[in-house]
Amino acid sequence: MSNRLELADVDWRRVSPRLVWVELASAAGVLVVLLAVCTGLWLLQLWIPLASGGVLVIGTIVQLVIIPRRVRSIGYQLRDDDLLFRRGIMWQRFVAVPYGRMQLIDINRGPIARALGLSELKFVTAAAAAGVTLPGLRAADADELRDRLVALAESRRAGL
Amino acid sequence: MTDVTPESAATDPGGLPGQDGIAGQDGLAVVPAAVAALTDGQWHRLHPASPLLRGGIVLIAILGAVVANLRERLVSLFIPRFDEGDDAVDYVFNNGFVLQALLVILVVLLVLIAGFYFSWRMHTFRITDEVVEEKSGILFRTNRKARLDRIQGINIVRPFFARLFGAAKLEINQAGQNSNLQLSYLGSRAADDLRREILRLASGTRVASAVSGPGATAGFIDRRVGELFAPELDPDLAAPESVVKIHLGRLLGSIVLSEGTVILVLALIGGGIWIAATGEYYALFIALPSLFGVGSVYLRRFTRALRYTIAGTPDGVRVGYGLLSTSNETLPPGRIHSVQVRQPLLWRPSGWWEVRVNVASHSSNKGAAGQANTTILPVGNFDEAARVVALVLPGFVLPEFLFVGPDDGFTNSPPRAVWLRPLSWRRNGFATAPDWLLLRRGAIWRQLVIVPQPRLQSVAVAQGPLLRALGLANIHLHTVAGPIRAELGAIDLDAAVAFFGTVALAAVESAQRDTSHRWRSTELPMESPGKSAEEPLLEPAREPLAGPQELSE
Repeated sequence: MSNRLELADVDWRRVSPRLVWVELASAAGVLVVLLAVCTGLWLLQLWIPLASGGVLVIGTIVQLVIIPRRVRSIGYQLRDDDLLFRRGIMWQRFVAVPYGRMQLIDINRGPIARALGLSELKFVTAAAAAGVTLPGLRAADADELRDRLVALAESRRAGL
Repeated sequence: MTDVTPESAATDPGGLPGQDGIAGQDGLAVVPAAVAALTDGQWHRLHPASPLLRGGIVLIAILGAVVANLRERLVSLFIPRFDEGDDAVDYVFNNGFVLQALLVILVVLLVLIAGFYFSWRMHTFRITDEVVEEKSGILFRTNRKARLDRIQGINIVRPFFARLFGAAKLEINQAGQNSNLQLSYLGSRAADDLRREILRLASGTRVASAVSGPGATAGFIDRRVGELFAPELDPDLAAPESVVKIHLGRLLGSIVLSEGTVILVLALIGGGIWIAATGEYYALFIALPSLFGVGSVYLRRFTRALRYTIAGTPDGVRVGYGLLSTSNETLPPGRIHSVQVRQPLLWRPSGWWEVRVNVASHSSNKGAAGQANTTILPVGNFDEAARVVALVLPGFVLPEFLFVGPDDGFTNSPPRAVWLRPLSWRRNGFATAPDWLLLRRGAIWRQLVIVPQPRLQSVAVAQGPLLRALGLANIHLHTVAGPIRAELGAIDLDAAVAFFGTVALAAVESAQRDTSHRWRSTELPMESPGKSAEEPLLEPAREPLAGPQELSE
């Protein structure tokens, strides 16, 4: 595993394990819909669409299996001057966003996440491609983190 | 600053383009009087002909429709005829409604004129030390402010029709979609002087403006003619050695030598063979109009890029072009978020290059040759490309990045990347300079991307399963949206991780050092030390782009 992308000297903060249930629930919802469609296709005896539906079902089941690992792979660290973020197991991605570059911080809460007391933080910079969202934070933590990051962004504001 | 209501105190700037330009002593001319008045922080109005120039096309269209409808009538007024039509005019005549009809026309005209007058009267702007502010609208008022230190560029557009009247449109570009502030129209000379003054105020310099046009003494017609035939770039504006022009033959060649032409030629050959084989010659007549259309597209691209100049001025890069309708934009320093030098395959024999940039604003105007106005050098040889890059990134020396070797200054992909970059792995690499990051890629479509570190928004490193198997990784430099994507694939894993670490640190540091939002603030102050103490050299931006109220859920 020496070829694996890894950063040295980083003490990752992980998101709440309860995020697994949020992700599982939404994946299960997709699975139920797919199964319903497949049943319909089976009753109508449309074999070729049914085959592609079956592939989708298998894909969703694989996703369900790896969700716990994927949630564990999400991590972040507040460094002195920037926010470091990581996610992904197969397709890994590390992003560093300087605090001064954050233009906007959103808090989103879906229905299941709200029931479990979780929030999602979304960081918006002037670059559309950065796309850093940090799901699965406890609601109080998310609010506190948001306020702290806004204050940090305020003090290090660096134009565009 | 006393906030004077526009109705009472606004003065009219645009009408007096000739009365400015009082030469000062020691060759240091003062700001033209008319423009000094414009930047005094009071409310001012636009050129009185603005509503006509803006609504002019609509009015002419209505007039044209009326004339077309009444043509018969006008003819028969002078040549009496016997046949009585039954159109609206006859109806009015036959029923004795002439007076009422004339009244209706009069009222419509009065309403139109009053509308034009009030829209002009209610459209005011002011320029203070901090903002450019605009108020417009009769029933629905709009108020828009542009902070001087957030200006991304100032564009002066002169449509041919407006040029005849000596008027120009001034567009102040800000970051984001549909956020530009347009002053249409101003007097042509006033627009140039005003831009210089706005940029001087925005630059944070305390040195008075050192350039001013000569006082116009010629008559009205002479001035108009002089403006129409003036060179695209005022020779006083920029040092000649900093001016890049496009060679006419090269422009023609670059338009012809494009991928589109290859497709067109292939389509023509294919179509010719098909017609010859099937003998269906009538297809020629169907194809002819579309050929004319394609031809006119080529012609328009050519004429729009005529008189193209790029020049370095103290307040940034000035890009101008156009023969009949002209347009020129000044991009202050530090507004360029990334630069790309690239060479389409067909241009390689002639050694031509294209330079594109990413900027935060979106001008409502198309660029030269109908391209996006992010293409700041449509075509040029390597020397010219290097000069343009030096203009947009002051201090940057474009390296001879075509050279490939172990010590070419770039950290290139390792040999095992040949599986993913079979042709280009030798030249697929990055380099870091003190203020810039360079990404080089492509063996067939060669290109170099330069990202100024103070403009970098964030940095990412990514790896998929295939890259992992080969011990490689991808790096992405995130800048504002534009035609350039600053990313590099298949880089050695350790090199990519090291790059990620250093860039993340350097981006923060250089962003804090950067003062380009007030790019001339280090110049020597002229007067009132109290005032410059009030505004420190490295000031923190006082008003963030997104205030706390927008940061809530």
